[in-house]
Amino acid sequence: MTMFLTIAVVVLIFVVIFQIAKASEYVSVLKGEEVSRKQNNKINGLLMVVFLVLGLVGVWYCNELLYDKTLLVQDAASVEGARVDSMLWVTLAVTGIVFIATQVILFVFAYKYQEDTNRKVVFFAHSTKLELIWTVIPAIALTVLVVIGLRNWFLFTGEPPKNAMVVEVTGKQFGWIYRYPGKDGSFGKKYYKNIDNASNSLGLIWDDELAQDDIVMEQTVYLIKGKPVKLVLGSRDVIHDVGLSHFRLKMDAVPGIPTTMWFTPKYTTKEMKELTGNPNFVYEISCDQMCGNGHYSMKGVIEVVDQEEFDAIMAKQKPYYYTAFPEKDPSAAPADTTVVAAVVKK
Amino acid sequence: MSHEAVLHGDAHGHDDHGHHEHHDTFLTKYVFSQDHKMIAKQFLITGMVWAVLGGLMSVLFRLQLGYPDSTFPFLEDLLGKWAKGGRITPEAYYALVTTHGTVLVFFVLTAGLSGTFANFLIPLQVGARDMASPFMNMLSYWFFFAASIVMLSSMFVETGPFSGGWTAYPPLSALGDASPGSKTGMDLWIVSMALFVVSSLLGGLNYIATILNMRTKGMSMTRLPLTIWALFFTAVLGVLSFPVLFSGFILLIFDRNFGTSFYLSDIFVNGVGALPNEGGSAILYQHLFWFLGHPEVYIILLPAMGMVSEILSINSRKPIFGYMAMIGSLFAIAILAFLVWAHHMFVTGLNPFLGSVFVLLTLLIAVPSAIKVFNWLTTLWRGNIRFTPAMLFAIGFVSLFISGGLTGIWLGNSALDIHLHDTYFVIAHFHIVMGVASMFGMFAGIYHWFPKMYGKQLNNTLGYIHFWVTIAGAYLIFWPMHYEGLAGMPRRYYDFSIWESFKQFGELNKFISLVSMIVFMVQLLFLFNFFYSIFKGRKLTNQNPWDATTLEWTAPINPGHGNWVGEIPEVHRWPYDYGKDGVDFIAQTTPVGADESQH
Repeated sequence: MTMFLTIAVVVLIFVVIFQIAKASEYVSVLKGEEVSRKQNNKINGLLMVVFLVLGLVGVWYCNELLYDKTLLVQDAASVEGARVDSMLWVTLAVTGIVFIATQVILFVFAYKYQEDTNRKVVFFAHSTKLELIWTVIPAIALTVLVVIGLRNWFLFTGEPPKNAMVVEVTGKQFGWIYRYPGKDGSFGKKYYKNIDNASNSLGLIWDDELAQDDIVMEQTVYLIKGKPVKLVLGSRDVIHDVGLSHFRLKMDAVPGIPTTMWFTPKYTTKEMKELTGNPNFVYEISCDQMCGNGHYSMKGVIEVVDQEEFDAIMAKQKPYYYTAFPEKDPSAAPADTTVVAAVVKK
Repeated sequence: MSHEAVLHGDAHGHDDHGHHEHHDTFLTKYVFSQDHKMIAKQFLITGMVWAVLGGLMSVLFRLQLGYPDSTFPFLEDLLGKWAKGGRITPEAYYALVTTHGTVLVFFVLTAGLSGTFANFLIPLQVGARDMASPFMNMLSYWFFFAASIVMLSSMFVETGPFSGGWTAYPPLSALGDASPGSKTGMDLWIVSMALFVVSSLLGGLNYIATILNMRTKGMSMTRLPLTIWALFFTAVLGVLSFPVLFSGFILLIFDRNFGTSFYLSDIFVNGVGALPNEGGSAILYQHLFWFLGHPEVYIILLPAMGMVSEILSINSRKPIFGYMAMIGSLFAIAILAFLVWAHHMFVTGLNPFLGSVFVLLTLLIAVPSAIKVFNWLTTLWRGNIRFTPAMLFAIGFVSLFISGGLTGIWLGNSALDIHLHDTYFVIAHFHIVMGVASMFGMFAGIYHWFPKMYGKQLNNTLGYIHFWVTIAGAYLIFWPMHYEGLAGMPRRYYDFSIWESFKQFGELNKFISLVSMIVFMVQLLFLFNFFYSIFKGRKLTNQNPWDATTLEWTAPINPGHGNWVGEIPEVHRWPYDYGKDGVDFIAQTTPVGADESQH
């Protein structure tokens, strides 16, 4: 019923608008086309400045309403992200000035040079000097932006500091799997054909000793405040993307081709809760590359903690090897210690 | 030169008007027509049908984004299992988003825009009886029509239409087991796109051949209107880049159906297990896709730029400022369009050095774009502006092109793109600069050349309402999206309610959805104006209603096949002699007077 009413109202509005439009056509014939054309011209000329003024007020008002909801109000949560922010402000300043200047010129010209029978137009078809000016000035401004941008780009995509910890992040439909290298500090090999959702979600090769102490987690990944971290990204199925808006970074996770990104977390999750005044704050990993029907729910969580907390958490983790072979877990099956010892020795 | 002979024969037929009319049956005049003007109208109307469908799709998925917690029983009546309980399912949402993108980019803003105006304007503005190959031209439309039918039919298959985004990145698009939309729906999508590529190649080759070979006497390349220059570069871009897309699709077909591994490697699909494919590169597809995909942006934008240049000049009663610079910047944009594709791929893990080259080349495009904007502004300066609806849309185009172009400087700079990539900032950017701006170019073109197409006038008042509501609506919809992007809000999310970082925009999304519905309604008003005026509009009495200089206005009202009765007019000057020596306008066909000043 509401549906029907809505349609009826819309149709009615259409009919009214159409009748008015049709009537104005008859009026213009009666008044003389030239007269009514000039009237319309005046109205539209005026609307040009009205639109400009309302538009600029709207830009300001929109900023008032929405600024607080963006990330612009918070510090970037990574050391590198701060560079993104400063670059963003420089770019905003440059493009903002150009935006306001050109829009004002456009609509003011439209208003000011609306048809006037007394005006003689200037036959002005060409001016090398002017054209050179507005080729060179944008070129210079852009060069500055490119230089700033590329310095950051090479930093972000370059080698991480030597003391960086390494965590592997693997995307799958629709979630994230994290792997720490364990005590030996190296990841074991993996092969996708070994994947088994129940006991080997990453397809680790158990014969590889380096794999036997690897720690695998889902849902939440723990990082250390102030310690650079290098993420090695991969995917089990389709392309995903690790989007870290608070750290101002993102990188695709591609099946078959590992990619990397690195950054230095600046605030712990707890500190961010205070900084943002939001007790529910979490660092979320959003999948930013269309990956299927569950794309919108592919969420991961990063918890940034300090070193002691991190060590405590890690001490509680068991190598993934023991999930696959519970009988070899020394704590779960003390009777089998000899076997485990043998395996570890090997 | 057999073409010329044929066309001469046609021309003679026209001198004997009544005799010629007898040969036109309904089928050859309206359906399998070889007249470029009729083909243009076919492209236009098919494009309009797609625009309505594509727009309706966006209204439907905006309904989900704006009102994620509400149910709308009528949706279930409309979409059946795709909106169970009155709420659009994720499958349907992604199918709508994907089809909206595909249809608007390719069917509306490529076929609908280029197809309409290249067909309509090239012969009329260069002074030719018809296209170089009218038959090929007809085929171009019918391939597009076939593509449309196949795309439409993909919406009715059991597993749904393709739903992996209009860019169709594999492995998602290659694996039916990873997404139901990648089953039969994707097969039909590829077939449709392949037909579309054939259509646009047939059209493009024809446009190039016609512009280069069939200009009338005196019409040197530097006397061409800027519309023709823009359409020329558009056609060149299309002919050089669509085959690359085609090759990408062929490899995709092989991966999907014949067990090859061009794009596939190391994949384990839930519920299926590990796939045998090894050694492929999912990124390879993206290179092939964006090698078309980026020029495609300019395939969409250049015709709009050309028409806007023309309309701004005519209605300012002033020559376009910097004609040669306008051609030069079109040329620069066309060249650069081929050298920037990887800026869509900054976060795929591409080589950082390669990325840096693409940053430089991408931001370089801002220079010719800036030249164009400043030249348009200077064209308005000290003019005598007539606000026809076409002129309003042209001014709107410039405004939108500035707004959307400037955010391109943000996204083209890779270090900043890492943060903004695939967020609503990107949606705002490309909708404003490519989507809405080109749509404005298209509207400007329709309002301006409607009298030439149908010999009738559109209702001006409706045109004004259409313009002001649409430009205000476009800014209201897309401007706030920049802020969503600055919060990191990702594209292609069905529901934001589980996200602590993005759920603060619920009210805003509601507002945007509401505005988008109003804007959609106003487009229907425009369509009504269009179709009503074809039949009931006021008859055109003046052959040259806009006091324009170009050749199409020297042809009679409702020109027949062959365009001019008698000889094709000869051209003596460039197309922008407005206000020269105090004369309002001097047609291109007027010989240069002895006492005329030089410019």
